[in-house]
Amino acid sequence: MNPNDLHYTKSHEWVRIDGEIGTIGITEHAQKELGEIVYLELPEVGHVYNAEEEFGTVESVKAVSELFTPVSGEVVEVNKRAVGEPGIVNDDSYGDGWLIKLKLSSDEEVGKLMSAQLYTEYVQSEEKAK
Amino acid sequence: MSATAPIALKRTPLYSLHRELGAKIVDFGGWEMPVQYEGILEEHRAVRERAGLFDVSHMGEFELTGPDAFATLQRLTPNDVGKLTDGRCHYSAFLTEAGTFVDDLLVYRLKQDSYMLVVNAGNTPKDFEWARSHSQGQLRLENKSDAYALIAVQGPLAARLVARVADSDPSDLHYYAFRDMKVLGEPALVSRTGYTGEDGFEICVAAEAAEKVFRALLEAGRPEGVVPCGLGARDTLRLEAKMALYGNDIDATVTPWEADLGWIVKMKKGDFLGREALERQKREGVPRKLVGFEMIDRGIARHGYGAMTPAGAGIVTSGTHSPTLGKPIGLALLPSGADAVGIEFDVDIRGHQRRARVVETPFYKRRKDVPA
Repeated sequence: MNPNDLHYTKSHEWVRIDGEIGTIGITEHAQKELGEIVYLELPEVGHVYNAEEEFGTVESVKAVSELFTPVSGEVVEVNKRAVGEPGIVNDDSYGDGWLIKLKLSSDEEVGKLMSAQLYTEYVQSEEKAK
Repeated sequence: MSATAPIALKRTPLYSLHRELGAKIVDFGGWEMPVQYEGILEEHRAVRERAGLFDVSHMGEFELTGPDAFATLQRLTPNDVGKLTDGRCHYSAFLTEAGTFVDDLLVYRLKQDSYMLVVNAGNTPKDFEWARSHSQGQLRLENKSDAYALIAVQGPLAARLVARVADSDPSDLHYYAFRDMKVLGEPALVSRTGYTGEDGFEICVAAEAAEKVFRALLEAGRPEGVVPCGLGARDTLRLEAKMALYGNDIDATVTPWEADLGWIVKMKKGDFLGREALERQKREGVPRKLVGFEMIDRGIARHGYGAMTPAGAGIVTSGTHSPTLGKPIGLALLPSGADAVGIEFDVDIRGHQRRARVVETPFYKRRKDVPA
Protein backbone atom coordinates (compact mmCIF):
# COMPACT_ATOMS: atom_id res chain seq x y z
CA MET A 1 0.00 0.00 0.00
CA ASN A 2 1.32 3.45 -0.92
CA PRO A 3 1.04 5.78 2.11
CA ASN A 4 -1.43 8.65 1.71
CA ASP A 5 0.80 11.31 3.26
CA LEU A 6 3.48 11.00 0.52
CA HIS A 7 3.80 12.56 -2.92
CA TYR A 8 4.88 10.45 -5.90
CA THR A 9 6.70 10.80 -9.23
CA LYS A 10 6.31 8.92 -12.51
CA SER A 11 9.91 7.74 -12.08
CA HIS A 12 8.78 5.96 -8.87
CA GLU A 13 10.26 8.16 -6.15
CA TRP A 14 8.31 9.51 -3.17
CA VAL A 15 8.75 12.59 -0.97
CA ARG A 16 7.44 13.19 2.53
CA ILE A 17 7.12 16.87 3.41
CA ASP A 18 7.83 17.87 6.99
CA GLY A 19 8.05 21.67 7.29
CA GLU A 20 10.88 22.76 5.01
CA ILE A 21 12.43 19.26 4.86
CA GLY A 22 11.57 16.68 2.19
CA THR A 23 12.52 13.05 2.77
CA ILE A 24 12.97 11.11 -0.48
CA GLY A 25 12.91 7.41 -1.30
CA ILE A 26 11.79 4.92 -3.94
CA THR A 27 8.37 3.30 -3.99
CA GLU A 28 7.38 -0.24 -3.10
CA HIS A 29 6.68 -0.87 -6.78
CA ALA A 30 10.19 0.34 -7.75
CA GLN A 31 11.97 -1.89 -5.24
CA LYS A 32 9.91 -4.88 -6.35
CA GLU A 33 10.71 -4.29 -10.01
CA LEU A 34 14.44 -3.91 -9.29
CA GLY A 35 14.73 -6.99 -7.10
CA GLU A 36 17.33 -7.26 -4.36
CA ILE A 37 19.20 -3.99 -4.11
CA VAL A 38 22.96 -4.42 -3.64
CA TYR A 39 24.34 -0.96 -4.24
CA LEU A 40 23.29 2.64 -3.70
CA GLU A 41 25.09 5.72 -4.92
CA LEU A 42 23.91 8.85 -3.13
CA PRO A 43 25.16 12.46 -3.13
CA GLU A 44 27.11 14.35 -0.48
CA VAL A 45 25.43 16.70 1.97
CA GLY A 46 25.42 20.23 0.56
CA HIS A 47 24.63 19.27 -3.02
CA VAL A 48 21.86 21.41 -4.56
CA TYR A 49 19.36 19.91 -7.01
CA ASN A 50 16.57 21.13 -9.21
CA ALA A 51 13.40 19.07 -9.39
CA GLU A 52 13.66 16.03 -11.66
CA GLU A 53 17.45 16.09 -11.58
CA GLU A 54 19.42 12.84 -11.22
CA PHE A 55 20.77 12.55 -7.68
CA GLY A 56 22.08 8.99 -7.62
CA THR A 57 21.65 5.41 -8.72
CA VAL A 58 20.24 2.25 -7.27
CA GLU A 59 21.47 -1.15 -8.46
CA SER A 60 20.15 -4.64 -8.02
CA VAL A 61 21.94 -7.78 -9.16
CA LYS A 62 20.27 -7.55 -12.55
CA ALA A 63 19.61 -3.87 -13.18
CA VAL A 64 20.62 -0.29 -12.57
CA SER A 65 18.22 2.61 -12.25
CA GLU A 66 18.74 6.36 -11.92
CA LEU A 67 17.19 8.31 -9.07
CA PHE A 68 15.49 11.65 -9.66
CA THR A 69 14.62 14.36 -7.15
CA PRO A 70 10.86 14.98 -6.94
CA VAL A 71 11.50 18.55 -5.74
CA SER A 72 14.31 21.17 -5.64
CA GLY A 73 16.54 21.70 -2.65
CA GLU A 74 19.83 21.18 -0.83
CA VAL A 75 20.88 17.80 0.55
CA VAL A 76 20.94 18.02 4.36
CA GLU A 77 21.14 14.32 5.22
CA VAL A 78 21.98 11.04 3.49
CA ASN A 79 20.82 7.66 4.75
CA LYS A 80 24.23 6.14 5.57
CA ARG A 81 22.62 2.99 6.90
CA ALA A 82 20.94 2.33 3.54
CA VAL A 83 24.27 2.81 1.72
CA GLY A 84 25.91 0.21 3.94
CA GLU A 85 22.90 -2.10 3.98
CA PRO A 86 20.98 -1.50 0.73
CA GLY A 87 18.63 -4.42 1.44
CA ILE A 88 16.66 -2.20 3.84
CA VAL A 89 15.35 -0.32 0.78
CA ASN A 90 13.69 -3.60 -0.25
CA ASP A 91 12.51 -4.37 3.26
CA ASP A 92 11.14 -0.95 4.17
CA SER A 93 11.04 1.36 1.15
CA TYR A 94 8.75 3.91 2.87
CA GLY A 95 10.49 3.81 6.25
CA ASP A 96 14.08 2.88 7.16
CA GLY A 97 14.88 2.59 3.44
CA TRP A 98 14.59 6.35 2.75
CA LEU A 99 17.50 7.79 0.72
CA ILE A 100 18.11 11.52 1.22
CA LYS A 101 16.62 14.57 2.93
CA LEU A 102 16.42 17.91 1.12
CA LYS A 103 15.92 21.40 2.47
CA LEU A 104 13.21 22.52 0.05
CA SER A 105 13.84 25.62 -2.07
CA SER A 106 10.19 25.95 -3.10
CA ASP A 107 6.90 24.91 -1.57
CA GLU A 108 5.02 24.99 -4.88
CA GLU A 109 6.53 21.97 -6.59
CA VAL A 110 4.84 19.40 -4.39
CA GLY A 111 1.48 20.26 -5.94
CA LYS A 112 2.67 18.88 -9.28
CA LEU A 113 3.35 15.43 -7.83
CA MET A 114 0.90 12.54 -7.70
CA SER A 115 -1.16 11.56 -4.68
CA ALA A 116 -1.07 7.96 -3.44
CA GLN A 117 -4.28 7.21 -5.28
CA LEU A 118 -3.10 8.71 -8.58
CA TYR A 119 0.24 6.94 -8.29
CA THR A 120 -1.44 3.59 -7.62
CA GLU A 121 -3.58 4.08 -10.74
CA TYR A 122 -0.50 5.13 -12.70
CA VAL A 123 1.36 1.92 -11.74
CA GLN A 124 -1.69 -0.16 -12.69
CA SER A 125 -1.87 1.47 -16.12
CA GLU A 126 1.88 0.91 -16.61
CA GLU A 127 1.45 -2.75 -15.71
CA LYS A 128 -1.38 -3.15 -18.21
CA ALA A 129 0.70 -1.59 -21.00
CA LYS A 130 3.34 -4.32 -20.58
CA MET B 1 10.20 1.48 -26.74
CA SER B 2 10.51 -0.80 -29.70
CA ALA B 3 8.63 -0.23 -32.92
CA THR B 4 8.95 -3.82 -34.05
CA ALA B 5 5.96 -6.11 -33.81
CA PRO B 6 6.15 -8.58 -30.92
CA ILE B 7 7.37 -11.99 -32.00
CA ALA B 8 5.96 -15.10 -30.39
CA LEU B 9 8.17 -16.17 -27.49
CA LYS B 10 8.95 -19.83 -26.99
CA ARG B 11 8.13 -21.69 -23.78
CA THR B 12 9.71 -24.75 -22.21
CA PRO B 13 7.60 -27.73 -21.00
CA LEU B 14 8.02 -26.30 -17.48
CA TYR B 15 6.52 -22.89 -18.19
CA SER B 16 3.25 -23.39 -16.31
CA LEU B 17 5.11 -24.88 -13.33
CA HIS B 18 7.31 -21.76 -13.19
CA ARG B 19 4.14 -19.65 -13.08
CA GLU B 20 2.72 -21.83 -10.33
CA LEU B 21 5.94 -21.47 -8.33
CA GLY B 22 5.68 -17.67 -8.54
CA ALA B 23 8.55 -17.05 -10.94
CA LYS B 24 9.20 -13.67 -12.45
CA ILE B 25 9.28 -14.39 -16.19
CA VAL B 26 11.46 -12.51 -18.70
CA ASP B 27 12.30 -12.72 -22.39
CA PHE B 28 15.64 -14.49 -22.66
CA GLY B 29 16.87 -14.91 -26.23
CA GLY B 30 13.34 -15.43 -27.51
CA TRP B 31 12.26 -17.66 -24.60
CA GLU B 32 9.91 -16.89 -21.73
CA MET B 33 12.13 -17.98 -18.85
CA PRO B 34 12.12 -17.56 -15.06
CA VAL B 35 14.68 -14.94 -14.01
CA GLN B 36 13.97 -15.53 -10.32
CA TYR B 37 11.47 -17.03 -7.89
CA GLU B 38 12.07 -15.76 -4.35
CA GLY B 39 15.21 -13.76 -5.12
CA ILE B 40 18.54 -14.06 -6.89
CA LEU B 41 20.71 -13.79 -3.76
CA GLU B 42 18.85 -16.52 -1.89
CA GLU B 43 18.79 -18.83 -4.93
CA HIS B 44 22.51 -18.26 -5.41
CA ARG B 45 23.19 -19.10 -1.76
CA ALA B 46 21.04 -22.24 -1.97
CA VAL B 47 23.19 -23.59 -4.81
CA ARG B 48 26.47 -22.85 -3.01
CA GLU B 49 25.29 -24.32 0.31
CA ARG B 50 22.57 -26.85 -0.54
CA ALA B 51 21.18 -27.33 -4.04
CA GLY B 52 19.05 -25.58 -6.64
CA LEU B 53 16.96 -26.71 -9.59
CA PHE B 54 17.18 -24.98 -12.96
CA ASP B 55 15.05 -25.38 -16.04
CA VAL B 56 17.51 -25.25 -18.92
CA SER B 57 15.19 -26.86 -21.44
CA HIS B 58 15.62 -23.84 -23.69
CA MET B 59 19.06 -25.17 -24.61
CA GLY B 60 19.26 -26.99 -27.94
CA GLU B 61 20.06 -30.68 -28.41
CA PHE B 62 21.31 -32.19 -31.66
CA GLU B 63 21.97 -35.83 -32.38
CA LEU B 64 24.63 -36.81 -34.86
CA THR B 65 24.84 -40.46 -35.87
CA GLY B 66 26.47 -42.52 -38.61
CA PRO B 67 29.85 -43.74 -39.82
CA ASP B 68 31.00 -40.19 -40.65
CA ALA B 69 29.69 -38.51 -37.48
CA PHE B 70 33.12 -38.67 -35.81
CA ALA B 71 35.02 -37.18 -38.76
CA THR B 72 32.42 -34.43 -39.14
CA LEU B 73 32.63 -33.50 -35.44
CA GLN B 74 36.42 -33.48 -35.54
CA ARG B 75 36.21 -30.98 -38.38
CA LEU B 76 33.37 -28.93 -36.80
CA THR B 77 34.85 -28.52 -33.30
CA PRO B 78 38.34 -27.62 -31.97
CA ASN B 79 38.43 -30.08 -29.05
CA ASP B 80 39.59 -33.67 -29.73
CA VAL B 81 36.53 -35.90 -30.07
CA GLY B 82 38.97 -38.81 -30.38
CA LYS B 83 39.68 -38.45 -26.66
CA LEU B 84 36.05 -39.11 -25.72
CA THR B 85 34.94 -42.60 -24.76
CA ASP B 86 31.34 -43.83 -24.44
CA GLY B 87 29.64 -42.00 -21.57
CA ARG B 88 32.00 -39.02 -21.58
CA CYS B 89 31.39 -35.47 -22.74
CA HIS B 90 33.51 -32.36 -23.13
CA TYR B 91 33.28 -28.60 -23.58
CA SER B 92 33.93 -27.40 -27.11
CA ALA B 93 32.75 -24.90 -29.73
CA PHE B 94 31.76 -24.22 -33.29
CA LEU B 95 34.28 -21.79 -34.76
CA THR B 96 34.17 -19.66 -37.89
CA GLU B 97 36.98 -19.72 -40.48
CA ALA B 98 38.26 -16.65 -38.60
CA GLY B 99 38.63 -18.78 -35.48
CA THR B 100 35.86 -16.92 -33.64
CA PHE B 101 32.88 -18.41 -31.81
CA VAL B 102 29.73 -19.44 -33.63
CA ASP B 103 28.76 -20.93 -30.26
CA ASP B 104 30.15 -22.84 -27.29
CA LEU B 105 28.68 -26.27 -26.60
CA LEU B 106 29.01 -29.71 -25.03
CA VAL B 107 29.76 -32.83 -27.08
CA TYR B 108 28.51 -36.15 -25.60
CA ARG B 109 29.74 -39.45 -26.98
CA LEU B 110 26.73 -41.77 -26.65
CA LYS B 111 28.56 -44.58 -28.46
CA GLN B 112 30.85 -44.97 -31.39
CA ASP B 113 29.21 -43.15 -34.32
CA SER B 114 26.59 -41.54 -32.07
CA TYR B 115 26.90 -38.13 -30.43
CA MET B 116 24.72 -35.51 -28.78
CA LEU B 117 25.49 -31.78 -28.86
CA VAL B 118 24.04 -29.31 -26.35
CA VAL B 119 24.05 -25.72 -27.65
CA ASN B 120 22.86 -22.31 -26.46
CA ALA B 121 19.13 -21.66 -26.78
CA GLY B 122 19.28 -18.49 -28.84
CA ASN B 123 21.82 -20.04 -31.20
CA THR B 124 19.97 -23.29 -31.87
CA PRO B 125 18.67 -22.49 -35.39
CA LYS B 126 21.98 -20.90 -36.43
CA ASP B 127 24.00 -23.79 -35.00
CA PHE B 128 21.84 -26.42 -36.66
CA GLU B 129 22.28 -24.74 -40.02
CA TRP B 130 26.02 -24.42 -39.35
CA ALA B 131 26.34 -28.11 -38.49
CA ARG B 132 24.18 -29.15 -41.42
CA SER B 133 26.16 -27.12 -43.95
CA HIS B 134 29.46 -28.55 -42.66
CA SER B 135 28.35 -32.18 -42.40
CA GLN B 136 29.78 -34.54 -44.96
CA GLY B 137 29.34 -38.21 -45.75
CA GLN B 138 27.16 -40.84 -44.17
CA LEU B 139 25.49 -39.38 -41.16
CA ARG B 140 22.20 -38.16 -39.80
CA LEU B 141 21.89 -34.82 -38.01
CA GLU B 142 18.69 -34.27 -36.03
CA ASN B 143 17.47 -31.29 -34.02
CA LYS B 144 15.89 -32.88 -30.93
CA SER B 145 15.51 -29.62 -28.99
CA ASP B 146 11.71 -29.73 -28.82
CA ALA B 147 11.63 -33.40 -27.83
CA TYR B 148 13.88 -33.01 -24.78
CA ALA B 149 13.77 -31.09 -21.53
CA LEU B 150 16.92 -30.38 -19.54
CA ILE B 151 16.90 -29.95 -15.77
CA ALA B 152 20.04 -28.92 -13.89
CA VAL B 153 20.43 -30.00 -10.25
CA GLN B 154 23.35 -28.01 -8.82
CA GLY B 155 24.94 -27.81 -5.41
CA PRO B 156 26.61 -29.97 -2.75
CA LEU B 157 23.38 -31.94 -2.14
CA ALA B 158 22.82 -32.63 -5.86
CA ALA B 159 24.06 -36.25 -5.91
CA ARG B 160 21.94 -37.20 -2.90
CA LEU B 161 18.92 -35.54 -4.45
CA VAL B 162 19.24 -37.28 -7.82
CA ALA B 163 19.75 -40.62 -6.07
CA ARG B 164 16.32 -40.23 -4.43
CA VAL B 165 14.44 -40.03 -7.75
CA ALA B 166 16.66 -42.19 -9.98
CA ASP B 167 17.12 -45.94 -10.19
CA SER B 168 20.85 -45.58 -9.62
CA ASP B 169 23.08 -43.47 -7.37
CA PRO B 170 25.00 -40.98 -9.55
CA SER B 171 27.73 -40.37 -6.91
CA ASP B 172 30.25 -42.54 -8.75
CA LEU B 173 29.94 -40.58 -12.01
CA HIS B 174 33.10 -38.69 -12.87
CA TYR B 175 33.03 -35.02 -13.72
CA TYR B 176 31.92 -34.70 -17.37
CA ALA B 177 30.71 -38.31 -17.45
CA PHE B 178 27.11 -39.43 -17.98
CA ARG B 179 24.93 -42.52 -18.16
CA ASP B 180 21.40 -43.62 -18.94
CA MET B 181 19.18 -43.98 -15.89
CA LYS B 182 15.51 -44.23 -15.09
CA VAL B 183 14.20 -41.21 -13.26
CA LEU B 184 10.73 -41.95 -11.85
CA GLY B 185 10.63 -44.71 -14.41
CA GLU B 186 11.36 -42.33 -17.29
CA PRO B 187 14.44 -42.82 -19.47
CA ALA B 188 16.95 -40.08 -18.67
CA LEU B 189 20.48 -39.15 -19.60
CA VAL B 190 22.20 -37.91 -16.44
CA SER B 191 25.53 -36.11 -16.74
CA ARG B 192 27.79 -34.67 -14.05
CA THR B 193 27.95 -31.24 -15.64
CA GLY B 194 26.74 -27.73 -14.94
CA TYR B 195 27.18 -24.02 -15.24
CA THR B 196 27.48 -22.92 -11.62
CA GLY B 197 30.98 -23.87 -10.44
CA GLU B 198 29.34 -26.32 -8.04
CA ASP B 199 28.98 -30.09 -8.11
CA GLY B 200 25.86 -31.02 -10.01
CA PHE B 201 24.00 -32.92 -12.69
CA GLU B 202 22.03 -32.20 -15.81
CA ILE B 203 19.11 -34.51 -16.48
CA CYS B 204 17.90 -34.84 -20.04
CA VAL B 205 14.39 -36.32 -20.25
CA ALA B 206 11.52 -36.39 -22.73
CA ALA B 207 9.64 -33.07 -22.73
CA GLU B 208 6.49 -34.83 -21.49
CA ALA B 209 8.29 -36.12 -18.38
CA ALA B 210 9.84 -32.78 -17.41
CA GLU B 211 7.20 -31.50 -15.01
CA LYS B 212 6.95 -34.79 -13.15
CA VAL B 213 10.74 -34.94 -12.68
CA PHE B 214 11.09 -31.31 -11.64
CA ARG B 215 8.26 -31.63 -9.09
CA ALA B 216 9.74 -34.84 -7.65
CA LEU B 217 13.20 -33.27 -7.26
CA LEU B 218 11.67 -30.24 -5.58
CA GLU B 219 9.64 -32.42 -3.19
CA ALA B 220 12.65 -34.61 -2.41
CA GLY B 221 14.84 -31.61 -1.62
CA ARG B 222 12.42 -29.21 0.04
CA PRO B 223 13.11 -30.39 3.65
CA GLU B 224 16.79 -29.58 3.10
CA GLY B 225 16.16 -26.16 1.59
CA VAL B 226 16.45 -27.03 -2.09
CA VAL B 227 14.80 -24.32 -4.20
CA PRO B 228 13.97 -23.63 -7.84
CA CYS B 229 16.43 -21.12 -9.34
CA GLY B 230 16.10 -18.71 -12.22
CA LEU B 231 18.45 -17.36 -14.85
CA GLY B 232 19.46 -14.49 -12.55
CA ALA B 233 21.21 -16.84 -10.12
CA ARG B 234 22.51 -18.92 -13.00
CA ASP B 235 24.31 -15.79 -14.26
CA THR B 236 25.86 -14.80 -10.91
CA LEU B 237 26.92 -18.43 -10.27
CA ARG B 238 28.55 -18.93 -13.66
CA LEU B 239 30.29 -15.56 -13.45
CA GLU B 240 31.85 -16.37 -10.05
CA ALA B 241 33.12 -19.59 -11.65
CA LYS B 242 34.36 -17.59 -14.68
CA MET B 243 32.35 -19.61 -17.17
CA ALA B 244 31.85 -17.72 -20.42
CA LEU B 245 28.40 -16.63 -21.58
CA TYR B 246 27.82 -16.55 -25.33
CA GLY B 247 26.60 -13.10 -26.38
CA ASN B 248 28.38 -11.48 -23.42
CA ASP B 249 31.95 -12.76 -23.12
CA ILE B 250 32.28 -14.67 -26.37
CA ASP B 251 30.77 -14.18 -29.81
CA ALA B 252 31.75 -14.10 -33.49
CA THR B 253 34.42 -11.45 -32.78
CA VAL B 254 36.28 -13.42 -30.09
CA THR B 255 38.70 -16.37 -30.49
CA PRO B 256 39.38 -19.10 -27.89
CA TRP B 257 42.86 -17.65 -27.32
CA GLU B 258 41.31 -14.29 -26.47
CA ALA B 259 38.64 -15.87 -24.27
CA ASP B 260 41.22 -17.79 -22.18
CA LEU B 261 39.67 -20.99 -23.56
CA GLY B 262 42.80 -22.20 -25.37
CA TRP B 263 42.42 -25.55 -23.59
CA ILE B 264 39.49 -26.51 -25.86
CA VAL B 265 41.73 -26.11 -28.93
CA LYS B 266 43.70 -29.29 -29.73
CA MET B 267 46.10 -28.42 -32.55
CA LYS B 268 47.60 -31.91 -32.64
CA LYS B 269 44.35 -33.63 -33.67
CA GLY B 270 44.45 -32.45 -37.30
CA ASP B 271 42.40 -30.02 -39.33
CA PHE B 272 39.27 -28.28 -38.06
CA LEU B 273 37.28 -25.15 -38.90
CA GLY B 274 39.10 -22.03 -37.76
CA ARG B 275 42.43 -23.78 -37.27
CA GLU B 276 44.36 -21.70 -39.77
CA ALA B 277 43.20 -18.42 -38.28
CA LEU B 278 44.02 -19.63 -34.76
CA GLU B 279 47.55 -20.65 -35.85
CA ARG B 280 48.00 -17.23 -37.40
CA GLN B 281 46.75 -15.40 -34.30
CA LYS B 282 49.04 -17.44 -32.08
CA ARG B 283 51.99 -16.63 -34.36
CA GLU B 284 51.23 -12.94 -34.65
CA GLY B 285 50.16 -12.43 -31.06
CA VAL B 286 46.80 -12.41 -29.31
CA PRO B 287 45.66 -8.75 -29.21
CA ARG B 288 43.40 -9.00 -26.15
CA LYS B 289 42.50 -11.31 -23.31
CA LEU B 290 39.41 -12.03 -21.26
CA VAL B 291 40.28 -11.37 -17.62
CA GLY B 292 38.49 -11.23 -14.32
CA PHE B 293 38.41 -8.00 -12.39
CA GLU B 294 37.04 -6.54 -9.20
CA MET B 295 36.12 -2.95 -8.52
CA ILE B 296 38.36 -0.79 -6.34
CA ASP B 297 35.92 2.11 -6.49
CA ARG B 298 32.24 1.64 -5.80
CA GLY B 299 29.75 0.60 -8.47
CA ILE B 300 28.98 -2.33 -10.74
CA ALA B 301 30.69 -2.40 -14.13
CA ARG B 302 28.22 -4.01 -16.51
CA HIS B 303 28.26 -5.60 -19.98
CA GLY B 304 29.30 -3.13 -22.67
CA TYR B 305 30.89 -0.49 -20.42
CA GLY B 306 34.17 0.91 -21.76
CA ALA B 307 37.51 0.19 -20.07
CA MET B 308 40.71 2.26 -20.31
CA THR B 309 44.00 0.58 -19.48
CA PRO B 310 47.67 1.66 -19.66
CA ALA B 311 47.84 -0.41 -22.89
CA GLY B 312 44.71 1.01 -24.54
CA ALA B 313 40.95 0.58 -24.58
CA GLY B 314 39.03 -2.56 -23.65
CA ILE B 315 35.47 -3.52 -22.84
CA VAL B 316 33.55 -5.06 -19.94
CA THR B 317 31.81 -8.24 -21.14
CA SER B 318 30.05 -9.28 -17.89
CA GLY B 319 29.61 -7.64 -14.54
CA THR B 320 27.55 -8.20 -11.45
CA HIS B 321 27.46 -8.11 -7.70
CA SER B 322 29.05 -11.35 -6.48
CA PRO B 323 26.73 -12.78 -3.82
CA THR B 324 29.48 -15.06 -2.45
CA LEU B 325 32.18 -12.38 -2.22
CA GLY B 326 29.78 -9.54 -1.46
CA LYS B 327 31.41 -7.19 -3.96
CA PRO B 328 31.23 -6.23 -7.61
CA ILE B 329 33.12 -8.50 -10.03
CA GLY B 330 33.29 -8.83 -13.77
CA LEU B 331 35.00 -10.02 -16.92
CA ALA B 332 36.61 -7.73 -19.47
CA LEU B 333 38.43 -8.05 -22.77
CA LEU B 334 41.60 -6.02 -22.16
CA PRO B 335 44.51 -5.36 -24.53
CA SER B 336 47.45 -7.75 -24.12
CA GLY B 337 49.92 -6.05 -21.84
CA ALA B 338 47.12 -4.93 -19.53
CA ASP B 339 45.87 -8.44 -18.74
CA ALA B 340 48.17 -9.35 -15.85
CA VAL B 341 46.84 -9.85 -12.33
CA GLY B 342 47.22 -6.65 -10.32
CA ILE B 343 46.98 -4.22 -13.23
CA GLU B 344 44.59 -1.35 -12.55
CA PHE B 345 42.32 0.25 -15.11
CA ASP B 346 39.32 2.59 -15.35
CA VAL B 347 35.78 1.61 -16.23
CA ASP B 348 33.37 4.20 -17.56
CA ILE B 349 30.33 3.68 -15.32
CA ARG B 350 27.67 5.89 -16.87
CA GLY B 351 30.09 8.78 -17.36
CA HIS B 352 32.16 8.32 -14.19
CA GLN B 353 35.69 6.86 -14.34
CA ARG B 354 35.85 4.11 -11.72
CA ARG B 355 38.96 2.15 -10.76
CA ALA B 356 39.12 -1.63 -11.19
CA ARG B 357 41.85 -4.27 -10.80
CA VAL B 358 42.63 -7.49 -12.71
CA VAL B 359 42.39 -10.45 -10.30
CA GLU B 360 42.95 -14.21 -10.29
CA THR B 361 40.05 -16.31 -11.55
CA PRO B 362 37.83 -18.11 -10.95
CA PHE B 363 36.42 -15.75 -8.35
CA TYR B 364 34.95 -18.76 -6.56
CA LYS B 365 36.30 -22.31 -6.44
CA ARG B 366 34.52 -25.14 -4.69
CA ARG B 367 36.20 -27.91 -2.74
CA LYS B 368 36.91 -30.76 -5.15
CA ASP B 369 35.51 -34.01 -3.81
CA VAL B 370 34.22 -35.46 -7.07
CA PRO B 371 36.15 -38.23 -8.89
CA ALA B 372 38.00 -36.51 -11.74
